[in-house]
Amino acid sequence: MSQYILRRIAIAFPMILAVTTVVFVMLRVALPGDPAQIMAGDRASPEQIEIIRRKLGFDRPVVEQYLIFLRNFAGGDLGRSVKFREPVMGVIARAFPFTATLTVLSVTVGTTIGLVIGIITAVYQRTWVDNIGIVLTVFFFSIPTFWLGLMLILIFSVGLRVLPVQGTGTWRHFVLPVTTLAVGQSALIARLTRSSMIEVLSTDYVRTARAKGLARRRVLLRHALRNTLIPVITVVGLSVGGLLGGAVITESIFGLPGVGRLAIDAISNRDYPMIQGAVILVAASFVFVNLIVDIIYAFVDPRIRYA
Amino acid sequence: MPEVDLVPERGARPSGLYQLVLLKFLRNRVALFGLCCLLLLLLAILFAPQVTPYNPIEKNTPERNQAPSRLHPFGTDKLGRDILSRVLYGGRVSLQVGFLSVGLAVIISTPLGLIAGFFGGIADNGIMRVMDLILAFPGLILAIWLVSLLGSNINNVIIAIAFFSLPTFSRLIRGITLSIREMEYVMAARGMGAGSLRIMFFHILPGVLGPMIVLTTLGVSGAIVAGASLSFLGLGVRPPTPEWGAMLADGRNYLRTQWWMAVFPGMTITLVVLLLNIIGDALRDALDPNVRA
Repeated sequence: MSQYILRRIAIAFPMILAVTTVVFVMLRVALPGDPAQIMAGDRASPEQIEIIRRKLGFDRPVVEQYLIFLRNFAGGDLGRSVKFREPVMGVIARAFPFTATLTVLSVTVGTTIGLVIGIITAVYQRTWVDNIGIVLTVFFFSIPTFWLGLMLILIFSVGLRVLPVQGTGTWRHFVLPVTTLAVGQSALIARLTRSSMIEVLSTDYVRTARAKGLARRRVLLRHALRNTLIPVITVVGLSVGGLLGGAVITESIFGLPGVGRLAIDAISNRDYPMIQGAVILVAASFVFVNLIVDIIYAFVDPRIRYA
Repeated sequence: MPEVDLVPERGARPSGLYQLVLLKFLRNRVALFGLCCLLLLLLAILFAPQVTPYNPIEKNTPERNQAPSRLHPFGTDKLGRDILSRVLYGGRVSLQVGFLSVGLAVIISTPLGLIAGFFGGIADNGIMRVMDLILAFPGLILAIWLVSLLGSNINNVIIAIAFFSLPTFSRLIRGITLSIREMEYVMAARGMGAGSLRIMFFHILPGVLGPMIVLTTLGVSGAIVAGASLSFLGLGVRPPTPEWGAMLADGRNYLRTQWWMAVFPGMTITLVVLLLNIIGDALRDALDPNVRA
């Protein structure tokens, strides 16, 4: 077990190194134009540009820049944001709680609802309950987040006036964004749970459990659900990893100052240290979440460890 | 011992897998209905100039900000342009993004997945680690970044979406290739002296095709949403060109007064995505031997 975990960790580190390298290359080498020039603005004098260039170390050879960048990164220093005029780490640390809250709440709510719908539709396979479930989930699965978000605002903020449109002050501000993301998540999980459950229900060990005379509920929740959850765990992990950096649209619609919006703003402001920091952190957290999923996986499914 | 007739009955032609799949798909009434609706919608989008009497770009100030009516079923926007016409014309951009980006992704990832799955070893490791790397980047942010680096236009949006769909497609193809590679008919082909290329493209690729069609259908709907998301955030097409995401972004500012500006373009995207997903699901069921028709 511990060997398996160590091996997984050993794979994760080069991955993060590769991510940082790609980001570095994209920003310093592949980028058209001079970053110092762009950061200084159109009206900057050549001297000012030169100062910025020297300050950011752009005057040194690329390889040296890369090594300095790696050394700083290892020490937790991602440089200073041009726009905020403070360390990138600090800005991201302020934005992260919003994104994390949004992610955790919407994945929890969505997964719970999805599991319930998935189990019910699998158990009542090929009945009207199943049909309604299928229609509902394919519909929820298809609504793009940007439209769902706007429609929720239209109904609950503009129409009924019960929830705020934008901002972060209270828990009420999180209701609409969490709902927006949870709807898609629940549909995804419901579809997956249904097909996984149907497969598990047709296995021999479930038949054995039933033949032993165990109560239906017990067979479902104790025996079948466990194996049903295995593929669900992966997808939940991917959702968490994806939302930590990908709730861009939802954050922008509801005015949440999270990491996704920070990254988008940084891209449009050409705030290079900020783009670099945000993208690296988001990618690193994705790798990290996947690592955790792999470890959980090994706990729930012993077959994986010995593979 | 009873005699076994090994010669098939006259007239009973052996039916291929894809004939069976097609038959099973056509028996699914919901999917068939979905397919018809999608085709109708595609025709309306394709023949937008013939279907709508209005110009999607020109200002028509006297008729601005009109609520939905018989003349303008989806209402008009702040410049007096008919929203239904703009939705139909906008579909051209969105569908172009959806189909072309997925097409591009399929063309690039098919050989990659085949090579990775068939040869294994260094090729597999090399290709799949690069795919893992792409996957580690947050998709939409990566796309936004790529588009802002390459320049904000439709072609670059297509390239960016294709780029971040590569891992999904090549992983699928690799997985199926891995399982087919071990099958006896592949061994038989090899025994008969078939080369690697021949086995990959004539023996393995046909087996990959089914799941690929499913993923492509679902991929197109995903790509349409991704494209609309980018233009919702202000990347891609420039006004006054109508595009679904851009129209939504525009309508977002008038939710309080002109709700129709955001409702109808979004409803159209949802409808197209829904139809594509229904068709994709039905294709998957049709290809799955465990699902009864």
